[in-house]
Amino acid sequence: MPQMSMIEAIRDAMDVKMGGDDNVVVFGEDVGYFGGVFRCTHGLQKKYGSSRVFDSPINESGIVGTAVGMAAYGLRPCVEIQFADYIYPAYDQIVSEAARLRHRSNKDFTAPLTIRTPCGGGIFGGQTHSQSPESLFTHVSGVKTVMPSNPYDAKGLLISAIEDNDPVIFFEPKRLYNGPFDGHHDRPASNWSKHPLGNVPEGHYTVPIGKASVYSEGNDVTILTYGTMVYVAEAAMLETGVDAEIIDLRSLMPLDVDAIVKSVKKTGRCMVLHEATQTSGFGAELVAQVQERCFYHLEVPVERVAGWDTPYPHAQEWDYFPGPDRVGKALKAMMEAE
Amino acid sequence: MSDYKPLEFHVPEPTTRPGDEPDFSAVVIPDAGIVSRPEIDVHPSTIKDLASTMIRVLDKDDQAVGEWAKDIDDEVLLDGLKTMIKVRTYDERMMMLQRQGKTSFYMKCTGEEAIAVAHKAAQRDGDMNFPTYRQQGLLLSTDYPLVDMVCQVLSNSRDPLKGRQLPIMYSSKEHGFFTISGNLGTQFVQGVGWAMASAIKGDTKIASSWIGDGSTAETDFHAALVNASVYKPPVILNIVNNQWAISSFKGIAGGDHATFAERGIGYDIASLRVDGNDFCAVYAVSRWAVERARRGFGPTLIEYVTYRVAPHSTSDDPSQYRPKEDSAAWPLGDPIVRLKKYLIAKGVWSEERQEQTESQYNDEIRVATKEAESYGVMGSGASPRDMFDDVYEEMPPHLREQRQKLGV
Repeated sequence: MPQMSMIEAIRDAMDVKMGGDDNVVVFGEDVGYFGGVFRCTHGLQKKYGSSRVFDSPINESGIVGTAVGMAAYGLRPCVEIQFADYIYPAYDQIVSEAARLRHRSNKDFTAPLTIRTPCGGGIFGGQTHSQSPESLFTHVSGVKTVMPSNPYDAKGLLISAIEDNDPVIFFEPKRLYNGPFDGHHDRPASNWSKHPLGNVPEGHYTVPIGKASVYSEGNDVTILTYGTMVYVAEAAMLETGVDAEIIDLRSLMPLDVDAIVKSVKKTGRCMVLHEATQTSGFGAELVAQVQERCFYHLEVPVERVAGWDTPYPHAQEWDYFPGPDRVGKALKAMMEAE
Repeated sequence: MSDYKPLEFHVPEPTTRPGDEPDFSAVVIPDAGIVSRPEIDVHPSTIKDLASTMIRVLDKDDQAVGEWAKDIDDEVLLDGLKTMIKVRTYDERMMMLQRQGKTSFYMKCTGEEAIAVAHKAAQRDGDMNFPTYRQQGLLLSTDYPLVDMVCQVLSNSRDPLKGRQLPIMYSSKEHGFFTISGNLGTQFVQGVGWAMASAIKGDTKIASSWIGDGSTAETDFHAALVNASVYKPPVILNIVNNQWAISSFKGIAGGDHATFAERGIGYDIASLRVDGNDFCAVYAVSRWAVERARRGFGPTLIEYVTYRVAPHSTSDDPSQYRPKEDSAAWPLGDPIVRLKKYLIAKGVWSEERQEQTESQYNDEIRVATKEAESYGVMGSGASPRDMFDDVYEEMPPHLREQRQKLGV
């Protein structure tokens, strides 16, 4: 099985789908000849031609609005919004249009489209290249929201997203493109070449939308997380010696509630962890789910670790980022509380 | 001391307000027949004047004149007249339902009937419209069942959209009518995307996007024009300039001293401005744009100059912001009366046949409405269970759980 980076896995997913289905088209800012600012579409225009892979004007509402029209025709557009921070101009087209077509038209029109967009910080991108706006989409009925944390899941989930008959927002944690990142920004970066999850099968396979994965099993604390924070959680667990079970949610909407409940009932402690700002973040939904379904199994209150409620800063990036030290302290506090 | 005078802030005002005499002296109306018709493969840069003038066919003596009047079959015009009568009759009947409290909401297109009906007559089966809420004429031009339309307005047990949409927000892919959104302007760029898809697949179908003068201010208007300019898809970008966006006159959309069609020039899009109350002109220009698109010569922007005779909706009272007599004074007249007079002058129609047609549609729509009412009114037949279906293709567990909580 080939080793791939997350970029290569994402590109391979599009390649597999474009090769098998003429209705799949790819467009967005700089994705054509150049192959995308993160190189995720590199080589696709050369292989499939400029009528199926092309550059778009810098207008995110136009990108998604055009994709909605194409989907209504019968295509399966897979578009790129260059940074999740740029997705807001397209919000109306996503919330009021793509998400609503099936319901409002009683299935007369549907929007089987995928919106790929790099999210998260850790690259000194400042407030306009670092955000994690996933909860703005999980709050919207009619769209699915996923965020893979490794090359294997990225390829399988992207194939699922493109094949899905509903619109899918596909968040790509950009700090994970080239390797797992545990939040220790001052240590040498690792890459996917030797990581087991960088082992990506060739050809077609899927990772189902709506299913979480148990990243590592444990007995004392459940950590509900996704994206870059999976590796931060792992580092905190190893550094504190807390026997944590890390659940990589992968799919936020639909949410794998069964996997959450099973783990929390086993461990009796639960931390929710994400990079996005805390208040009204997706963690709030997770806390509510755990409270509703696992309250009598909890030994301690559910702990929330997230980005501060500030704009994502530039120079203070590592003060903002919920790294392994903050996660580790919270884990220890949970174990010491009675 | 500065020699600059204090700056003044500008907010455009219409020429008249309630209590004033109507004044349309600023509306420049060229004589019918004076604008020439270019070839369909013309380069946009050579027809810039067509965005500023007004293409008109029917003159004040009820004759069809000029190059745009050529080769229009009487059958098309007779069908068009009948369909416009159908649209107006339907609107009146639905207004009655709203006044009787049988539906929550309605929007008429009075005075604007020629635009949707004539444009639809120029399209072919398989072409797709991305309408606004005031193009009911597109659907009423087809064989879409009247009973289904009324059931949608009533949100009853036979509502094809299961009570999920505001009245008049119809949807019928089969009849080339994209599901209407209440979020203004979004459909304008979607039509461009649909047309791009048709070209990508090597199809021969074309799309028509629709927008009002007010909503040309939306970002998606610009997105549509820039994508149409860049990719040259087979799309017609239709702007219905009916002078009013609820209470805001066209000047608040930036249309006081430049025409809406002129906006297309900067995008290198063929842009034409038409008398929207002249069925022959709307048909001729639409047919030109349809053929241009289908032959692969790219997009066309059309501005239809008309007047919103009706209130914006049943929730609106225009006497609060414009003279009551305005619509009667509108200098481009009534599209139904103008076409009727032309066809009578031509000897292919009569007042008698006009009355027969009105009476026939009155009966047909009354019967359809009666049947529709038997399936419930004002949401009385819609099932709460339907609310949970079709949010996604397959119902996710959390929605199933919520539906069970509601007990349906």
